Amino acid sequence: MIRLRSVASPWTLGSALIASIVAVAPLSVLVLALTPEGEAIWGHLASTVLPGYLINTALLLLGVGLGTLVIGTGCAWLVTLYRFPGRRLFEWALLLPLAVPAFILGFTYTELLDYAGPVQATLRALAGWSSPRDYWFPEVRSLGGAILLMSLVLYPYVYLLARAAFLEQSLCTLEVSRTLGCTPLAAFFRVALPLARPSLVVGVALALMEALNDYGTVKLFNVHTLTSGLYNVWLIMGNRQGAAQIACVLLTFVVALIIAERLARAKRAYHGAGGRSRPIEGRPLNGLAGGAALIACALPVVLGFGVPAAVLLRNTLVRLPEAIDGPLLGYARASLTLSTLAAAIALALGLFLAYAGRLDPSPLTRWLGRLSGLGYALPGTVLAIGLLVPFGAFDNALDGWMRAHFGLSTGLLLSGSLFALVFAYVVRFLALSFGAAESGLARVRPSLDSAARSLGCRPAQVLARVHLPLIKGSLLTAALLVFVDSMKELPASLLLRPFNVETLATHVFQFASSEQIERAAPGALAIVVTGLIPVIVLSRAIAQARSWRGTPGETPSQ
Amino acid sequence: MSFARPRLFPVLISLLAGSTSLAGPAMAEGEVNIYSYRQPFLIQPMLDRFTAETGVRTNVVFTDQGLVERLKAEGANSPADVVLTVDISRLNELVTAKVVRPVSSPVIEANIPAATRDPQGRWFGLTTRARAIFAAKDRVPAGAVTSYADLADPRWKGRVCSRPGDHVYNIGLISAMIAHDGVDKTKAWLEGVKANLAQKPGGSDRSQVKAIKEGLCDLALVNTYYLGAMLADPDQKAWAESATMLFPDLSGHGTHVNVSGMAMTASAPNRDNALKLMEFLSGDEAQRLYAEANSEFPVKPDVARSPLVASWGTFTADPIALTEVASRAGEALKLVNEVDFNEGPGS
Repeated sequence: MIRLRSVASPWTLGSALIASIVAVAPLSVLVLALTPEGEAIWGHLASTVLPGYLINTALLLLGVGLGTLVIGTGCAWLVTLYRFPGRRLFEWALLLPLAVPAFILGFTYTELLDYAGPVQATLRALAGWSSPRDYWFPEVRSLGGAILLMSLVLYPYVYLLARAAFLEQSLCTLEVSRTLGCTPLAAFFRVALPLARPSLVVGVALALMEALNDYGTVKLFNVHTLTSGLYNVWLIMGNRQGAAQIACVLLTFVVALIIAERLARAKRAYHGAGGRSRPIEGRPLNGLAGGAALIACALPVVLGFGVPAAVLLRNTLVRLPEAIDGPLLGYARASLTLSTLAAAIALALGLFLAYAGRLDPSPLTRWLGRLSGLGYALPGTVLAIGLLVPFGAFDNALDGWMRAHFGLSTGLLLSGSLFALVFAYVVRFLALSFGAAESGLARVRPSLDSAARSLGCRPAQVLARVHLPLIKGSLLTAALLVFVDSMKELPASLLLRPFNVETLATHVFQFASSEQIERAAPGALAIVVTGLIPVIVLSRAIAQARSWRGTPGETPSQ
Repeated sequence: MSFARPRLFPVLISLLAGSTSLAGPAMAEGEVNIYSYRQPFLIQPMLDRFTAETGVRTNVVFTDQGLVERLKAEGANSPADVVLTVDISRLNELVTAKVVRPVSSPVIEANIPAATRDPQGRWFGLTTRARAIFAAKDRVPAGAVTSYADLADPRWKGRVCSRPGDHVYNIGLISAMIAHDGVDKTKAWLEGVKANLAQKPGGSDRSQVKAIKEGLCDLALVNTYYLGAMLADPDQKAWAESATMLFPDLSGHGTHVNVSGMAMTASAPNRDNALKLMEFLSGDEAQRLYAEANSEFPVKPDVARSPLVASWGTFTADPIALTEVASRAGEALKLVNEVDFNEGPGS
C-alpha cells in the first residue's frame, strides 16, 4: 500500500492527467499526420522548397537565439549589478517590447524603412538620389530584418528570466569571486552566467519556440519557413496529412531544443549558493561607462517599443474620433478577460507540474512536464484544429447520447464556446508557466524542503509556505508572460472564437492584413497599452517580491 | 495565518460569468450565423442593410484560414448557416469536404447566371474580380502590354512586381493558365516572370501599386477592386493614380476572373434565414452595394457597375468553368515551388 502510494502519488497522477489533457492537441495532429489522405507530398517538397524552408528556419532560430541572448542577458546584467542614469526606469522599461505583437512591429517598420517610407525618402531628398538603383539600403523584408525585429520583441523572455536569476543569486558569491581575483567581466562569465544558465536556456528556448511558429512576421518579410510551408500545403493543396507531417518536423525542432536544454543542465545543481543574501546595490558606473550602459539599455526599448508606439500613436491620432467611438473597449474587455483566465489557469497547472517534478524527480514526471509544453511548438492554427477535431467529436458524441437518452441537446459544449479558446491559450502557453516555475524551483535548495518536511509539513504545505514566497518572482513572471502572449495571440483566436467575440488582435488583423495601417492603429495601440498594464504592475511586484531579502525577520526559513 | 489562501476563486468565477456573457446568443430566433473568409469591414454594409430590411440579426466569425476544418469538426451541431469566401478554391474546398448543402431557390437562380454558380446549388458567386495588370503611367507606353504572357517578355527585366506566387489570387491565375496551356507552358511563363521581377515577391496587391508609384517596378498583377479601394483612401490615392489598369488576355481566352461567393452549410440551424440572406445578397440592393462600396463586379447581369468601375472600361472575361480552375490549385502551387518563384529574381 505504501509502495503503491509512493509510485503513484496524487502529484504524479495529477501531472499525468494534466499532460494527457493538454497533449490532446499535438497528439491529434500526429494522428492526422499518420492518416493517409490525398497525395503524398514529401517527394515534391523535398526536391523543391523543403531545403530552403529548413535552412531559413534554422538561420532564423540561430539569429533570434543569439539576438535575444545577447540583448536579454546583457541588459539584465547591467540593470541588476550596476547603477547608471536611468537604471530604475530601464528595470521595467526593458519589458515594454513584450507588449508589442511581432506582426505589428513588422508592419510599422516596413512603413518606416520601405523604399517609399520616410527614412529612405529623406535620404533620397538629402543626397539627390532618384531611383533605387542609385544607392544601397538594407532590405527590411528579409531574413536579417525578420531576425532583428523578432529579437527586439522576444528578448524580454530572456531578460525576465535572466534578471530573476541574477537577483536570486547571492551577491556574496559574486563578491567572493571578486576577492579571488575575478574582474567584473570574469565574474559575469565565470560565475553569474553559469549559475543563471537554466533560466537563460529556458528564456532562449521560449523565444525560439515563438519564432518557430510565427506566421505573420515571416510572411510580411518574405521569409519562407517550415511554418509558412505548412500553411501552403494545407490551405492551397488541401493536404491535411502533408501539413500535419510538416507540423511533426516542427515538433522535432522543439524536441531537439528541449533535449539540448536537458543536456546543458545535466548533472549540474543550480541551487542558490548562499542562504543569506542582501539586496544588490549595484556598482556605480560614471562618465563614459554610464553613458554606454544607458545607450545599451535604451536601444532595445526605443527600437522595440518607442518607435512602433510612436507610429501607431500618430496613425491613431489621424483617426481619433473613430478610435473613440469604436467598440474597442468591448474588444479590450474580451481580451483582458480571456487572457486573465488563461494566465490564472496556466499558472496553476504549470506550478503543479513543476512541483510534482520536484517531489518525484523521475524521468516519468519530467517527461510529463515536457509533454504538457508541446502545444507551444504548434503553429496557432494547427493547434486550434488539433483541438477542434477531438472536441467536436466529443461534443457530437455527448449530444447524440443526451438526445437519445434524455431528449436534450447539449450542442457544441466544448468546441462552440469560449472554453475552447481559453483551453487553446492554456495549451499554447503552459510551457511558459511551467518553464518559469521549474527554473524558479530549481534555484531553491532541496534542503529547505527536507527541513520543512521534517518539521511536519505535507508537500502541499511546503509548497505554500516555503516555495511560493521564495519563487513568487518567477511565478509572477510566468503569469505575465502567459497574459501578454494571450493578448497578442492571433491564429487560434481567429479560428476558435464563438460568434460576435472579437479580441483586440482579431480586430486589428482584419485591417492589418490589407495594409490599412491607419485603421489598424487604434486597436494595435490598445493591445500595446492593455499589455503595458500587467507589464508595469507585475514588474513592480517582481521587484517587491524580493524585498524580504536582507530583512531576516521575514525570511520564511526562520 | 500569514500564508492566507489567495482569493482566486471569487475572481475566477466572476471572470467566467463575465466571459459567458461575451458569447452572446448565437442560436436565438431571428438570426443567421455566418462564417466568413471575407474581412468584416467589407461585408458589414450588406449585412446591416439585410438586418434593416428583414429584422434578422447577423452574427459573424471571420478568419482567413481553417473554417472548413472547423465545419468538419463541428459536424451536425455546427451553428454556422452561411459561409462567405474570397475565391473559388475555398468554395470548392467546402464542396469537397461535404460541409455544404444544395440550395434550390428560383430567386437566386434568376439573379445569378449559371456560369457563376454550381449546377447543383452547392455554391454561388456573388461578385467577380479580374486579375488585372497595373502599368506605370509614365514608363509603360500604351499598348505595350496586352496579355499575361507579356509579363514574361525579357524586355521587362527587373520591372515586374508581384505578391508571392502562392497567394490565392496568383494561384487562381496560374491554375487557369494550366487549364488552358498545360503545365509546361505555364512553367516557362512563371520562370520568365520570375526572371523579370524587380524584387522578391511580397506584400499585398496594394504594395505592388505603391512600388509602381515609387519607381521600383513598372508592371504589377493586381485585382481590379483595389483600384477603387486605393482611390478612396487619401493616403493611397497617389499610388493608384500613378498606374493604368489593363485587362490582359490569357492565350486568347480573355482576362482571368475569379469570384467571391457563398454557400449554405450542411448543418445550418437557421435554414430559412440563411436562405433569406442568400437571396438578399444575390438581389439588386446588395449587388449594388457590392459594386458601390467594394468596387467589385456584380454577378447579377442587370445591376449596373458603379460609375467608377464602369469608367475602367469593358473587357472579355475568360469563360472557363471556375471549378476547373479550382481543381488545378495543387498543380499551380507545385509549379510555384518548382521554379522557386518566391525567392525572387536571380536565385
